[in-house]
This record gives sequence, structure tokens and C-alpha cells, in this order.
Amino acid sequence: MLKPAIIQIYRFYLEGFRRMTWGRTLWLIILVKLFIMFAVLKIFFFPRFLGRFDSQGEKQEYVSGELIERAITP
Amino acid sequence: MIETIDTSLIDWSRAQFALTAMYHWLFVPLTLGLGVIQAVMETIYYKTGNEFWKRTARFWMKLFGINFAIGVATGLILEFEFGTNWSNYSWFVGDIFGAPLAIEGILAFFMEATFIAVMFFGWNKVSKGFHLASTWLTIIGATLSAYWILVANAWMQYPAGMAFNPDTVRNEMVDFWAVALSPVAINKFFHTVLSGWVLGSVFVLGVSSWYLLKKREVEFSLASIKTGAIFGLIASALIVWTGDGSAYQVAQKQPMKLAAMEGLYEGGNGIGLSGIGLLNPGKATYNDQADPFLFNIQIPGMLSFLAERDMNAYVPGIRNLIEGGYPTSGGTAALSANEKIARGKKAIKALSDYKTAVKAKDTEAAKLHRAALDENFDYFGYGYIRDVSELIPNVALTFYSFRVMVILGAYFILLFILALWFEHKDKIKDMRRLQRVCLWSIPLGYIAGQAGWIVAEVGRQPWAIQDILPAGAAISKLDTSSVQITFFLFLILFTLLLIAEIGIMLKAIKKGPEEITEN
Repeated sequence: MLKPAIIQIYRFYLEGFRRMTWGRTLWLIILVKLFIMFAVLKIFFFPRFLGRFDSQGEKQEYVSGELIERAITP
Repeated sequence: MIETIDTSLIDWSRAQFALTAMYHWLFVPLTLGLGVIQAVMETIYYKTGNEFWKRTARFWMKLFGINFAIGVATGLILEFEFGTNWSNYSWFVGDIFGAPLAIEGILAFFMEATFIAVMFFGWNKVSKGFHLASTWLTIIGATLSAYWILVANAWMQYPAGMAFNPDTVRNEMVDFWAVALSPVAINKFFHTVLSGWVLGSVFVLGVSSWYLLKKREVEFSLASIKTGAIFGLIASALIVWTGDGSAYQVAQKQPMKLAAMEGLYEGGNGIGLSGIGLLNPGKATYNDQADPFLFNIQIPGMLSFLAERDMNAYVPGIRNLIEGGYPTSGGTAALSANEKIARGKKAIKALSDYKTAVKAKDTEAAKLHRAALDENFDYFGYGYIRDVSELIPNVALTFYSFRVMVILGAYFILLFILALWFEHKDKIKDMRRLQRVCLWSIPLGYIAGQAGWIVAEVGRQPWAIQDILPAGAAISKLDTSSVQITFFLFLILFTLLLIAEIGIMLKAIKKGPEEITEN
């Protein structure tokens, strides 16, 4: 019962993608965009700033230090 | 503001975030508006069985698809920026910001992704009813997606339902419903989504008018203009109501933003709403003697009414908000900015002392400092303010953006009424001037939406989170040059996407609805 349903859904998508005309261009744009975003921008330009710390405790220490240090002390 | 952070880094971080958010907002509102319009058209097809409406709905669905495909995932860049450029902010709010964004990702995004395939691939393959349900669920998914993003944004404007934990240095959610159903979030959601509906309507009117100008697709264009104008008029009527609600919320939660929106430096009772005004560029500081306006035509008592529902109510101006002492709605005298700064400094000092006491395992001292922190936490962000003038947003940008938004909103109402009237009288197909006006109104729809966001975001500066974290404390300590590089990278990437969208969209429009056979 489940298997034919999955096959039906698979065929639905397959046929849909096969019969695309202008949709192919859009998919190409989506894929290029996602590649640029995740394989270029995310990796080379947007590492997680707090990712340099190994533990949650170190992150807490760093942020609390920053928040205190940046304030103007009386 | 911050001694250890270069002010140009703050400005570039702001500019980078503004750039990505504004480009992202070019795609989102059309998805929200056009999505509902095409769903309404498909509903008419479902009810009548008239193939004309199927063809009409499919054409607008195609334009919806182009916009959706180009715009999809552009918002993720904002999340990249949170992790890289706004790491203090992300850590500080992580638990609260994370929940709405996670719900958005899991529920709404998957809802959209599942049903959009049926919407585009399912014509003639699934039943009419199932297809219609998929179309509606796609747009409901997109709208829910917007809701959770706006909940996160609303929390920054009005932080509610949280408690600050000094051990983790994070705000933790204590009341999910206070976050999800905050009055600011509800108003912001309806106002923002409705602005997308108005844009969708203007877009439909504009594209249909282009066909009329070219003497093509007359029946299709007239039906689309009628549907778009009715929908736009309903959305515009509702947006006036939600705009009023938004103004009320701003008055209650962000009075400085309201004062900037109105160029109001000197408050008082029975304050008028600035109808048409020109700000005086010679006004250099909040407390100089220069008149804030070169000229100003006011609607008497209206600002007091919008802010407090009372024509004679007190509304504070910028000077009053800085100097304090005016009566609050609670009956007490408002604190001055300097008093708030002093409390903010106490809160930050208390956090520092608390941390030291915890490290020294001095529980008694920790308890005392924790109490001092809790007592002053509402003013935490003021501890980073060096000069009270930093608390005043860019008045000119906020003031004029607000007027651009409102004037265009009124213009769209007039446009929808005219389009509907002349369509009803069967005259619009010969009115080339009105057709041109409708066509050239499309960019105005985008300008109105962007102006609205400028009011919301510029008007709340310097705050990343209202009163508890200014932008200068929220950003990561990065090289300014690295932020500049990513700013220009985004500028190029988004501009290319925009050119692609406009190019593909124009090609699809030129082909027209006759060409709609496949996806």
C-alpha cells in the first residue's frame, strides 16, 4: 500500500520535472544561487563568529566579556 | 557609543543587513500578494468550471513561480549575518529568536515546499479540488512563514515573554505566547502581509494594463484588473486599520520612533498630526532653538488621538523623551535619558560583579548583584550610550519615509477605485492614460513597502533590541573591510538576481497567457 503510493509520488515529481519548460531555467537559477550561498558565501565569508570556541561555556565567557567591556564604565 | 568598536563597523554592519533585508523584501511581498490573487482566480475556476479562469490563474501562477524561485532562500543570508556579523546579538537572544525561526523552517517552509509541487505539476493530474487546496496551502504556508519571521522582528521592537539569565548571558523564553502573540507582532504581521497584498494587486493592474496598451488579451486583462482592484481595495481598507494599530503600538512601545516619524521635538497635549511638512535642515540638535519645520500643515489633535485614543492626550516629543519629567500613562514622571543611562550602567556593572562573585563562589554577593541586575535590566542597553543624542534616530529619513508610505497607500486606494469604476463602466480598455498610470504604479508598490520598513527599522535605531541592546553592542568585532567586501558581494549577487527576475518575468509577460501550456 505504502510502496505504490511512494512510487506514484516519485513518478508525479519525475514527470513534472521532465515536462518543465521555463521551470528548468528557474531551477538552474535556484541551484546556482544555493551553490553560491552555501558553498561560497557561507564557507568563505560567513563562518559562525563564535564557532572558534569549543564549548558553550567559552562562548558565554566571550560574549559576557564583550558586553561588559563595550560598556562605558563610570 | 562604544569605545572598543569602530563606528564605521557599526554603520557597515547596519548597511549590510539593511541591503540584504531590503533586497529580500523585493521578492517576498509579491509572493504573498500574487499568491492570494491567483488562488482566488483558481477558486473562481473551481466554482464555475470556466476554462478562462484556469488560463488566467495559470498565467499569474507562472509569474508567481518566477518571483518565488528567484526570491527563495534570499532570507537565509540574513541568518548567515546573524551568526557572523551579529554574534553578540545572536547569543544574547538565541533562545527566543531561535524558536520562531525554527517553527518557520519546519512548519511553514515544508508546507510551502510540499504543496508548491502539486500546484505547478498537478494540473490535470490531481483532482480540481486537491489542486485548489494545494494552491491555497502553498500561499498559507508562505504567509505563516512570514508570520514567524515577523514575530522575531516584533520581539526586537518590543521584547516580551523573556527573562535574562546572567549565567548563560542569554535571554530565555518564559512565555511562548507572549512572544508569539505580542500585540506588536500581530499588528506587524497583518500590516506587512496586507502591504504584500496591495503590491500584488498593483502588479496585476499594471501587467494587465500593459496588455491593454498593446491591445492584447483584452478579456483576460479586464477580468484580472477587476479581480486585482477588488482585492487591492479590500487590502487597502484593512491596511488603514492595521496602520492605525501599528501607530498605536509604536506610541506605546517606541515613543522615540513616533516622535521621529512626526518630526516632533516638543510634545504636549492635543498634538496635531503633520499632514504636509518640510523639515528644517538647520535643526542641528534636539534642544536648539531652531524650528523643526520650514512649514508644517497639521491635522489638529490627530497625533494625540492616534497615540492615545484621546484628542487631548499628551504625546512626548524628542526633547521630552531625552529630558524626561513628563507624565507617563502610569501617572509617574518619565525618566530622563541620563537617568536611564545611569540605570543601564548599573545593570552592566551588576552583571560584571555577578560574574566575578560566581567565580569566587561568593553566593551572597552574587545574590545581591543579581538583584541589582534584575532591577535595572529594562535599561541594560542604555549603559552603552555615551551621548543622549545617540538615542535619536535619523529624523529626516524616518519622517519622509513615513509620508512616502502613507501618501502611496492613499494613492493606491484612489487607483483601485478608479480602475474598478472604469472597468465597471466598460471604459478602462480605451483609457490609455489610466492604463499607463497603472503600469507605472508597479515600482511605486515596491517603494511603499520599502519605505514602511525604513520607518520600522531606521526609526528604532540605535536599538538592535529595544532598550536592552544597541547595534554597537550587538555586532561582532570584525574588520570593517570584511563587512565592506560582503556588502558589495551581496550587492552584486542580489542585483544579478533582480536582473534575472525582471528579464524572465518580462519574457513571460510578453509571451502572455496564451502560451501557458506547461510548467
